[in-house]
Amino acid sequence: MTIQLTHFSAAVLFALFASIVFGITQRSETREMVRYGLYCFAMFVGGVIVAGWAMWILRR
Amino acid sequence: MANSTTEKTRPVEPPKAEAQPVTTMSVMAPAIAWLIPGAGHLIQKRWGRGILLMVSIFAMFLLGLALQGRIYKPNGGDILDILGFVGDIGAGGLYIVTRAMDWGQGAIAHATADYGTKYLIVAGLLNFIAVADAYHIAIGKKP
Repeated sequence: MTIQLTHFSAAVLFALFASIVFGITQRSETREMVRYGLYCFAMFVGGVIVAGWAMWILRR
Repeated sequence: MANSTTEKTRPVEPPKAEAQPVTTMSVMAPAIAWLIPGAGHLIQKRWGRGILLMVSIFAMFLLGLALQGRIYKPNGGDILDILGFVGDIGAGGLYIVTRAMDWGQGAIAHATADYGTKYLIVAGLLNFIAVADAYHIAIGKKP
């Protein structure tokens, strides 16, 4: 079985799974795990959006 | 005065790290965690964390295969291939099954296939972190 994802959806799925693992492994308390996971997800997706706009500006 | 000079010249001994007791769980948990992602937490009754880790790492690895990602072999030769292999081997049982079934051999046919290769490597690297976490739980360093 093969699937095709867009660049953005591939990046968002990557961010989701990596953030879950980071949140669980890098913090001790449940509340802190959730907060750190959300922080990592926001940073990943935010980084993708910033990098995307940076490349768009460089291309022009 | 003489005492203070002696104290100044005496080499300062580094604080000795407390030796962690070797228990069955401290050996078994990382080994099982490497072989089956998330299982190291499950055998220590961290059900929620174990299931989330298992789902995340399995999903990432299987998505990598579905995206036609490439599995690295140990005799790559090139330094980047060796590093790719180190990442892939972190997935443990998933890597072994994939190699045994000869999956992950597809030639890159479209742009996002390279994402698949990265998914496979990162799934292994995330499992390394999960293995370390399972060990820390086993030795009581983490609740």
